[in-house]
Amino acid sequence: MKWDEFFVTGEPLIYMADAAIVLTIIGIVFVLTYFKKWKWLWKEWLTTVDHKKIGIMYIISAVLMLFRGGVDALLMRAQLTVPNNTFLDSQHYNEIFTTHGTIMILFMAMPFIFGIMNIAVPLQIGARDVAFPYLNALSFWTFFFGALLFNISFVIGGSPDAGWTAYMPLAGNELSPGPGQNYYLLGLQISGIGSLISGINFIVTILKMRAPGMTLMRMPMFTWATLITSILVVFAFPVLTVALALMTLDRIFGTHFFTLSGDGVPMHWANLFWIWGHPEVYIAILPAFGVFSEVVSTFARKRLFGYTAMVWSMVAISVLSMLVWVHHFFTMGSGAPVNAFFSVSTMAIAIPTGVKIFNWLFTLYKGRIKFTSAMLWSLAFIPTFVIGGVTGVMLSMAAADYQYHNTYFLVAHFHNTLICGTVFAVFAALHYWYPKMFGVILNEKLGKITFWFFVLGFNVCFLPQYVLGFMGMPRRIYTYPADAGWTELNVISTIGAVMMGIGFIFLCINVVYTYFKGERDLTGDPWDGRTLEWSIPSPAPHYNFAVTPQVKGLDAWWMMKKERKEGKEEEKPEYKPIHMPSNSGRPFIMSIFFFIAGFGLVFEWMPVAIIGLIGVIICMILRSFEYDDGYYVPVEEIKQTEAGRE
Amino acid sequence: MAQNEKGFPWKHVFGFLLSIILTLLAVWITFSTDLPTNTIITLIVVLAFCQAFIQLLLFMHMKEGESGSWQATMIYYGIYIAIVIVAGSIWVMSLGHQHHY
Ligand code: HEM
Ligand SMILES: [Cu+2]
Repeated sequence: MKWDEFFVTGEPLIYMADAAIVLTIIGIVFVLTYFKKWKWLWKEWLTTVDHKKIGIMYIISAVLMLFRGGVDALLMRAQLTVPNNTFLDSQHYNEIFTTHGTIMILFMAMPFIFGIMNIAVPLQIGARDVAFPYLNALSFWTFFFGALLFNISFVIGGSPDAGWTAYMPLAGNELSPGPGQNYYLLGLQISGIGSLISGINFIVTILKMRAPGMTLMRMPMFTWATLITSILVVFAFPVLTVALALMTLDRIFGTHFFTLSGDGVPMHWANLFWIWGHPEVYIAILPAFGVFSEVVSTFARKRLFGYTAMVWSMVAISVLSMLVWVHHFFTMGSGAPVNAFFSVSTMAIAIPTGVKIFNWLFTLYKGRIKFTSAMLWSLAFIPTFVIGGVTGVMLSMAAADYQYHNTYFLVAHFHNTLICGTVFAVFAALHYWYPKMFGVILNEKLGKITFWFFVLGFNVCFLPQYVLGFMGMPRRIYTYPADAGWTELNVISTIGAVMMGIGFIFLCINVVYTYFKGERDLTGDPWDGRTLEWSIPSPAPHYNFAVTPQVKGLDAWWMMKKERKEGKEEEKPEYKPIHMPSNSGRPFIMSIFFFIAGFGLVFEWMPVAIIGLIGVIICMILRSFEYDDGYYVPVEEIKQTEAGRE
Repeated sequence: MAQNEKGFPWKHVFGFLLSIILTLLAVWITFSTDLPTNTIITLIVVLAFCQAFIQLLLFMHMKEGESGSWQATMIYYGIYIAIVIVAGSIWVMSLGHQHHY
């Protein structure tokens, strides 16, 4: 392979990106060296097993990926604004929509959600960490290096271009030669390991580590959402793992699972992909439901309406969402009984979703509502998400779907659910839990500016796309003729996209502003919260709870505050040494080996791949023979930390 | 398991060896025997079930701990998913399609 094949050449945009990457790396190395921060980086972050720090790293990575995916989106919108545009050629456009979709779902939504879970769940259940802190670090680093592998594709070797769904035979060797598609397979495979481990970790954490007195039906709703999501992750991700592995075998080792030749069944890829893919969209939305439940009940200052119904509707969603995957390929021509069954099962899933909408509305009813930024995101979510759900039901009618499928109507539907669900939720969660993470409150004024730009921009961008779909504009086209009559709506749509971009910039400004000038949260309970995370100082001490709390009911912290107000005598807390897990650099190193192995496989350089895999195995063996029982936080240190509070 | 937590993990090594033997057996049946295809498929499915069971017992601590009902729920959910995926795929992929073999 020659160097000019190894690096992507010939596009001014790519050269600009090359320059930006090199400059950023030089900048980071310079800053770290100048301020002598290398050791700090290694000791405090790269080797940490603290769930709060891992959560912060997840969120930082997710915001970076939101930026990358957002730039992709703006490039696509720029290309589509006017007919016969030549800003991007078809190949480049294909690569961009592929990386946009993959990054937004797998490297933005998923890690953002895992970040929020990491920060909130152990605190909500009164635990000192997750059940397996070491594995938690491994989850993060495999995600990180998987995402890195996927992201370098656009400067080294070329990006995948077969869509985030990577349908066969398009994604096979004959039609997609070169390393691009391999990047997709290996990047997703490596980060998938992390998702699976996280799923297991959170199930065990929630089942085993709740504070005494916290029965399942006293768990905060976000914790419930995390539990159900984790179960879905554990049962859905293995399907993706297997499907990716089979396609990797097809592409690199010449097997014929999904190929056209040699008795392969290309459609079976679509089948397996969506068996994972549909539960995946619910993996992205259930935690969002959890976030909104917390935020709505906190800022409506009421107990969540219909707690039990909320829980059961999530359980129903988790069972049903495994039964609907064919609605993504009604048009592939399964028989009428198949399409009819999946049509009905898809519509059925709207019922538990609707139940939840009504529960939020009833929680708001007669509440004393505080319009904070977090609450605004939640309030905007309700009507906009309903539009997404209703259009989903329209799509679920198999016969009608023959018209909508692969048009902009579909594009508008899933952005209406994913952005108004997941993205609104992670923004709400960021505002809501920011004090717990950093001890400062995000600026409300800037938060509201972000909100209005983003929400209005969203509607300006995507509502016209429903109409474009009705007018017959197909998805994944890179340009269109002037006489198609789609120009005006496309212009409007691009304006909306730019507004969302401006909203994102204000979010970044907010983070920087808050770092320097943010209002400190001295109480630990800035929102007058209801759940246990608000009972400890902000930012949370590294051991979380000095004394394990006793839970007497739902909204445990609310009840404690009430008892306090009623003048109930409080016992003086008696501190004991706290057992904590030790840091470890191995998850980081092991994930580098995964990266090396993946990189070798992408270019089919087997010696490199084998070296990487040997490294992975050595790390696993070393871990098996490690007897590290952690360390104790002495009582003195706890006393000092807690004294700062009173 | 509580009593031999620090000792040599015989149980795990035994399960590991058994799993490898069963896998090799499946490979051998598939590549080196002349049995009819249907017999081969039946045999390797049976071997797969044996192996799943061994792993549940020897690695997954199925019979230990007090949270039995959760383990049962998870296993039932797992069985549900397995049936949905396998039976569902066969149904979806065969009904109304013409494969050109
Ligand atoms: C009321 C509930 C929902 C129903 C009835 C529904 C129905 C559907 C149907 C029938 C399709 C396929 C349309 C086609 O390809 O022609 C679809 C696509 C899609 N839906 Fe939904 N949906 C619902 C909720 C959601 C939610 C909550 C999310 C994500 C958070 C979501 C994300 C997606 C995505 C990403 C696609 C398109 C994937 C692709 O082809 O690239 N949907 N939906
Ligand atoms: Cu779906």
